[in-house]
Amino acid sequence: MKALVRAVVVIGALFLLDSLLAGNLVPGVSLSPYFLQILCLAGINIILAVSLNLINGFTGQFSIGHAGFMAIGAYVSAYLSITEGDRIRAVFSFAPASVQDSALLLVILGAGAFAAAIAGFLVGVPSLRLRGDYLAIVTLGFGEIIRVFIVNIDAVGGARGLGGMPRLANFFWIYLFAAATVAAVTRIVNSSFGRTLVAIREDEIAAEAMGVNTTRHKVLSFVVSSAMAGVAGGLFAHYLMYLHPNSFTFLKSFEIIIMIVIGGLGSITGSVLGAVLYIVLTEGLREFAQYRMVLFSLLLVVIMIVRPGGILGHRELWSFFTRRRRVEPAPPAVTG
Amino acid sequence: MRFGGLVAVKDLDLSIEPGQLYGLIGPNGAGKTTVFNVITGVYRPTSGEISFKDQPIVGERSGKITRRGIARTFQNIRLFGEMTVLENVKVASDCRQTADLASAVFRTPAHHSEEKRVDLQDRELLKIFHLEQFADEKAKNLPYGSQRRLEIARAMATLPRLLLLDEPAAGMNPQEARQLMDLIRWVRDRFGMGILLVEHNMKVVMGVCETVHVLDYGATIAVGPPAEIQRNPKVIEAYLGGA
Repeated sequence: MKALVRAVVVIGALFLLDSLLAGNLVPGVSLSPYFLQILCLAGINIILAVSLNLINGFTGQFSIGHAGFMAIGAYVSAYLSITEGDRIRAVFSFAPASVQDSALLLVILGAGAFAAAIAGFLVGVPSLRLRGDYLAIVTLGFGEIIRVFIVNIDAVGGARGLGGMPRLANFFWIYLFAAATVAAVTRIVNSSFGRTLVAIREDEIAAEAMGVNTTRHKVLSFVVSSAMAGVAGGLFAHYLMYLHPNSFTFLKSFEIIIMIVIGGLGSITGSVLGAVLYIVLTEGLREFAQYRMVLFSLLLVVIMIVRPGGILGHRELWSFFTRRRRVEPAPPAVTG
Repeated sequence: MRFGGLVAVKDLDLSIEPGQLYGLIGPNGAGKTTVFNVITGVYRPTSGEISFKDQPIVGERSGKITRRGIARTFQNIRLFGEMTVLENVKVASDCRQTADLASAVFRTPAHHSEEKRVDLQDRELLKIFHLEQFADEKAKNLPYGSQRRLEIARAMATLPRLLLLDEPAAGMNPQEARQLMDLIRWVRDRFGMGILLVEHNMKVVMGVCETVHVLDYGATIAVGPPAEIQRNPKVIEAYLGGA
């Protein structure tokens, strides 16, 4: 019940914010399209970063293929809205146009998430048997395979890119899904399932010895994370209205990794912070475009030296505001 | 059990009854830990069979075997360091619960009641092991002796019928070792499960075990009550070397 109230409050607030930013609420007050776009892309990055953190931060499985799953979500939903858009709309013909748009968006995002989840399953089952560097390399490879696949499918434009989908996503939808992603991942992490994921990160052998089916848990978290990346892809496609395979190279995966490493692996608020920080920095450094990546690498190196666990480490943002409990040196062993 | 050309453990035949304290000893490299890994499904034996509660368990994943009722501790402590003591135990008791991913996302009533039950039960377990004052401490910050106890508590949380302890007294001082002996006996008496103990500390083994099984180069050289084993010339030879 409390959750329902909270959801309604979030939706209401987003709706108001959306009209405010678009200039519909207070005449003369609006955000410039440039900043609005940055804000929206930041929202998509939040979805990507928080979902990747579920695998990399909480389950401790270093995956570098997130862009691939985003691409699948983007292309599947874009293809659907282009070819089947009218038919899906027709189902909701009784409703006004704006409701039709929303329904269409939800349907295609669902399809994109589903497709990405299946891809996540197919990639996850064989590759999650590997650990550490090997897993990283294999997921990197799979991410690239997905992209090369798309380049060679003519129906979705291949190397020409894909355009012509309607602009269905906006600030409201992007941040609604960002909030939903954050809520879902928070709940997963703070449940018995999430506890088990962290246990796998801490010591996989011990986790298995405690009766955990580690393969099942790893694959499940991979699938959930891929589905969320698929949603982010779908929103991306219907916000920018143009897709190109080059948007989904391994560099995109690295971007997401940078976000979660900056923010702190294993911290949800850290991922949100990292995602926002990343886009603020990329846009802020636009004038120095050539040196942008150099500056980024430098920043990353500095963060790794100063705070090896990322800005927030394993902790959540609010834990810094509550009084920090001193860890007393434990007394010598007591009777057993 | 063989690794390539090396026969690590051969012709091992042991059975443990509920409530029995069974010691497995042998010089370094005798194959004690291999026996553990075979029983818990980490290694698949090259030949032979293992049954638990009259069911064959060879070839099952170690997670599955744990859920059947065989739990273990590790020689080199393997706690979930970044998690709190309570969470460590909860992970282990989660293998007995049914709540799934969807119920966690949608916070169903089943999820809440299950979480509450696990929380109560595990706090109780920590009390038994005198760890309740550390409940919210990270496991890695615990003193060594308490970490050893937590390892046992965590294994107990899976509700085992057979408990495998891999050198629980390693690195303990004589006083801690004595307390450990009391704890092992107490756990057995209270929960009545079989315990298989691998240990180098002879005081502990001879003190708590009813039956001692001696391995040397993978072969059984003696089985019997502690007093008999201590006098067995073959055992003495294996430990001290032949003349």
